[in-house]
Parts: sequence; structure tokens; C-alpha cells
Amino acid sequence: MLKFTIKRVLYSILILFFVMFLIYILMYNMPMGYIETKARELASRPGATKSYAEWLADLNAQYGMDKGVVLGYLTWLKNAFKGNWGDSWAWTIPVTEEFHNTVWYSFILGFVSFIFEIIIAIPLGITAAKKQYSFTDYFTTVISMICISMPTFFIATLLKYVFSVKLGWFDLSGMQGRNYMNLSDFGKFLDVAKHFVLPSITIIIISIGGLMRYTRTNMLEVLSADYIRTARAKGVPEKKVINYHAFRNTLIPLVTMLGGSLPGLFSGALITETLFSIRGIGYASYTSMTQGDIPFIMFYLAFISILTLLGNLISDLLYAVVDPRVRLS
Amino acid sequence: MAEKNKKKSSYISGKESRKITRFNRRVTKKLEKERADAGKDPALYTVQMKDPNNVVEFDNVCTYFFTDVGTVKAVDGVNFNIPKHSTVGVVGESGCGKSVTSLSLMQLLARPSGQTVGGQIRFNMGDGTAINIVNTPNAVMETIRGNKISMIFQEPMTSLNPVFRIGEQVDEVIKLHNPEMSDEDIKARTLEMLELVGIANKEGVYNMYPHELSGGMRQRICIAIALACSPTLIIADEPTTALDVTIQAQILDLLQNLKDKLNSSIMLITHDLGVVAGMADYVVVMYAGRVVEKGTAEEIFHHPMHPYTIGLMKSKPVVGKKVDKLYNIPGSVPNPVEMPDYCYFRDRCEMRCDKCSGLYPPEIRVSETHIVSCYRYQDEGETLGYPKSVNVEEL
Repeated sequence: MLKFTIKRVLYSILILFFVMFLIYILMYNMPMGYIETKARELASRPGATKSYAEWLADLNAQYGMDKGVVLGYLTWLKNAFKGNWGDSWAWTIPVTEEFHNTVWYSFILGFVSFIFEIIIAIPLGITAAKKQYSFTDYFTTVISMICISMPTFFIATLLKYVFSVKLGWFDLSGMQGRNYMNLSDFGKFLDVAKHFVLPSITIIIISIGGLMRYTRTNMLEVLSADYIRTARAKGVPEKKVINYHAFRNTLIPLVTMLGGSLPGLFSGALITETLFSIRGIGYASYTSMTQGDIPFIMFYLAFISILTLLGNLISDLLYAVVDPRVRLS
Repeated sequence: MAEKNKKKSSYISGKESRKITRFNRRVTKKLEKERADAGKDPALYTVQMKDPNNVVEFDNVCTYFFTDVGTVKAVDGVNFNIPKHSTVGVVGESGCGKSVTSLSLMQLLARPSGQTVGGQIRFNMGDGTAINIVNTPNAVMETIRGNKISMIFQEPMTSLNPVFRIGEQVDEVIKLHNPEMSDEDIKARTLEMLELVGIANKEGVYNMYPHELSGGMRQRICIAIALACSPTLIIADEPTTALDVTIQAQILDLLQNLKDKLNSSIMLITHDLGVVAGMADYVVVMYAGRVVEKGTAEEIFHHPMHPYTIGLMKSKPVVGKKVDKLYNIPGSVPNPVEMPDYCYFRDRCEMRCDKCSGLYPPEIRVSETHIVSCYRYQDEGETLGYPKSVNVEEL
């Protein structure tokens, strides 16, 4: 197992190297990048002394983008190794600081939604599978189809209309209430938590359907397996057949799927964050991307790549935990 | 349960389909409710054995599947007994209702679409009482399954749960039916069972997972699970179909020996006539959901009477006899959704006579143990009675 893990980690590093290189090439060649825009802006100012080409060369040298793609990438890599990720061009602060400022909001939002998604979707999927073709089954299937089909902005708007406009329970958007500054520390926490309720519900609603259907399909497959019939023939009570014999087998595909969704917790939810004005990483990375902010994008995508590779590794390791057939000696 | 999948190939209109679905829902709901009600009073499912020397008596058992294309009468009026300490072989081609009969006995049918709608399955509890499996509540069935009746399935490769250790799976059945036993005793009993079924490295196998064992070894484990609580009846549903011939012989020997050791009965379901000839004391021949002939192994193999049994015997290859082409019975089994009211075998029968155009033939007793359902023997024996179908429209 250890050998397998080490091998996988080494592979991951290799993959990461090339992934980042690819992203660097793309960012480097992006038309209307940050430097070009800046150079054009400076050259067209009234009383500009330098032409666009001169400004471009000047700025490229200042931002360290005059070394060519390969050398530029290697320089970035060297600095990144030292922990020096550079300053964000768009936000004019170190990228790690901007990341730190935004990622936790997204993480909390993602994590809370993830937990609720699991708590709600998996038992629902199992119940639907247990009573296939019953009213419960059809009902949950229809609900999940509606959840999958509705766009985020529609659900968000609907929730806002019902809970903010009509009932007035929550604020329409934002992360803090009107008198946030006058509250105690605990009060501040509660205030922010209250503002996260509607965004969380939005994410839960859109993600619950997929997981529920996945659980249901897997559970149905397991329930028709021969070993479930064997368990029943042994006289195992029906409850234990479902919750122990069948569930352990349903876990195998579920764990793989959930392990792989780890990076999703940090990548943020762009649409939801924008709709509710939450300064999360999804919104920040989107803004950076449109402005051609290479340092921030490189850092953010490096982070997501590492998490994706880690997610794959974790789901493989978890796979071995839940399925003895893939356990390596 | 091949019967269930054998769908009618002809077209069904949307209107008919909806009608069938509505009917199925109504009937299965009613049957499920009746079953739930029957559970409240033990008197409702307590019965008397006709002959206390039998372990199980199938009395006109009707098990139907309410499918989307109509009601499939998978088992329709089956009568036979399993005497104590004997092996009863149930033979017949695929889809004739052998497995459904055994699953009805275990109450393991795919409910709610599969239902035993009529007849009685009387199971001898061994203490002078008997229960009717057909309307026994699930809670009581759980104490019988694996304990008094246990089952060995045909697919050893998939019959064990892949994520639990062998020891755990054998322990489970012992623990379920002997809650008073300590963990050490249970483990000791499991190891004893593993040794009994001929597993050499029992301590090692105890901690192994099913995928680490071969098919033959897995079938031995399944047998160990089935026998762990010394059941009075073992149902072996084609236990050797998935195994190669050398292992087949070993497994059958093992079953026979253990049966004698534990004083159990075996209901051996197979389509392999060789297996039945070697193992069974009594043979029941099934065709299209009904018993066409039953008797001792000697009678069935040496004096087959029903044209279907005769055809079966003819289509079996014989060692040392050279034939150009093996015999096969012409035609195929009638559509299970719309069974005719005359003899199901008539259209394939090479010996049919004028009487055959009448109703389905009654059971005719030609000797003390030999019973056949064919008009050709009506003058030779005593007519016992016609198999009774359940009219689903009246449910």
C-alpha cells in the first residue's frame, strides 16, 4: 500500500508539472492580457510620452514576462517552490493574501452544503431503492429531476423572493447585516452564518438530485445481487440486509465519487457567490481570469490541480478501504 | 426466475398495459395487506401436517408473478412432499418453476410482484406443530430461514458478500439463530463447520475474503453457511451448475455425507439428470409450472411414464452408446402468460391421444409412490384430482 501511495504521489508531481506548464502557456498567450490592456491604457493617456509598443516592452520587463514561455514558467516554478507566489496584478496584494481572504467563505459554503447533501441525498436514495416503483420512489425521483433541471439563478431568485422579499427572514444578498460592526464576536458569527443560509440551500438543492439518483441506482444494483439473496436466506432481518450488507457495497462507488469531489469544496460556486454577493474564491478567480491576472490564476489553478490529484489519490485509497478486492498487498 | 423475464413478444397497447398495471397494483396491495394481517394471529398460519413423517408438504401451491405484460403463472398447482431424511430431486428444463417453488418455500420471492396466491406449503417445525409458509409473517420466517430451512445457490462466485470476511459471514448465521452463544463459541463452531466441508486451511480461510477463494471453495463456504445451524431441510438450487465436473462430484459427495450426518432432508433442484440419479431418493419432474410426474428415483429412471419424462431420458447422452444425433423434444414451452387449458405438453407430445384435447390431465396414481399426470394411464391407476389454478380476476 505504501509503495502504491508513493508511486501515485510521484506520478502526481509529474502530472502537476505538465498541467501547470500547459496553463502557463495558455495564460501567456491569452489575447488582451493584463499587460497589453495596461500598455494600451497608458499609451492612450493624454500627454503619453511612449508609444503602445514601448509601454508593452517596458511593462513586460517590469512584470518579468520578457523571458519567453519556457524560462518564464521555470522562473515561476522556482519562485513557487520557495513559497513566493508573487503579487496579484488585479488585486494588488500578494496572491496568497487574496486567496486567504476569499477561500474560507467558499470553503464554509461548500463544506456545509456538502455535509447536508450527503445527509439528505444518501438516505433518500436508499429509501427510494428499497421501495422501487412505490410512491416514495417516484416522488423522490421526480423531486431530484426537478432539482437537477432547475438553473442556479432560478432557484436562488425563487428563494430570495420567498424568504427575503415575502417573509423577510434573510437579507437579499451580502455577507453582513446592517449593524454588523456593533455586534459582539458571537453575534458577528451568527450574522454571517445567517447570510450563508440561502446560498447553502441553493447549492444543496442543485447538487442533491445527482447524488440521490447515483445512490439509488447503485443501491438497486446491489439489492439485486446474489449475496443479498444469500443474506436473506440466512435469516438476516431486512433492516440489517439493507443497512449492513447492501450499504457496505453501495459505499464502494459512493466513496470514489465523494473523494473525487474534494477540490469542489475549495473551487467555490461562481454563480451562487455572485448572486448572493459573497466574496468567495469562485468570484475572485473569475474576476482575475477576465483581467488576465497571471500570478493569481497560476496560484489558484495550481491549488486546484493539487487538490484534484489529491482527491483522486484519496478516492483510490478509500476504494481500497471499502473494497477488499482492490486492496493491494 | 426465468419465467418472469420470459415476456410476451407480441405487442401490448398502451391501454392494455395501463389496465394490467392498475390490476397488478390492486392485487399485490391486497395480498400484501392480507399477509400483514395474517401475522397478528399465530393460529392463522399454524396448520397440521398430513403425514408427520414429511418435512415439507407442497399442497397445490400457486405462485404467480404480476408482471407488466400480464400474470405469469410460474408455479401453478404443485403437489409433492419431502419426507424426513431423504433427498428429493426436482428436475425440469429452465423456466419450468423449479427455482420459484424453492423460493416460495423460503418466502424469498421478489415481492410485491411475486406472490404465492394459493395453496399451502406446510413446514414441519419438528415439535409436533407445523406452519403454513404461504402466510407466515416475515418475522417468523427470519427465524426459520438459515436455521430450519437453508439454501445453497447455484452461483458460488457471487453468492458471498465480497466486502466481508469468510469467518464473519459464517459467524453471522450462527449468531443470528443462537443469540446465547459467546463469540468464542461461535468462532469455534465456524471453524468446525469449515473443517466439516473439507477446507484444509480453516484458520487462514476464516480471515480471507471471498475473492481469495476458488469457485469450489466458495461453494463449500456456502454449504458451511447453510449447514451451520443443522437445518432440517437444505434446498440446493443447482449447486453444481457453475462448477467443473471434478469439483461437482466432490461437492455432491460432501452434501450427501453431511445430510446423513445432520439427519437433514435435501431438496435438490437441478436439470442435470446424472446428478439426480446419483443423489435422489425421490424425483419430481416439473414442466411449465406443474408437476408432471413424481416417484422414486428407480421408478422415474427405469419406468418413466409421462411422455415428457420419457423424452428427457431419451435426450440424455449415455456413456458407451454411440448415437449420431442426440434426441430433442420438439417444440417449445407454451407462453407463460396465456397457458392453454389442455395438457401443457400436448402440442409437443408424440404420444397424444383423443382424450388429450380435454382438460389438463389429473394426477393418476399408478403405484404407491408413482404419480403421473397423463391421460394415457387413466385406466391403469386411481385418479387423484386435478391441479387447481387460482383465478386472479377474483382476487
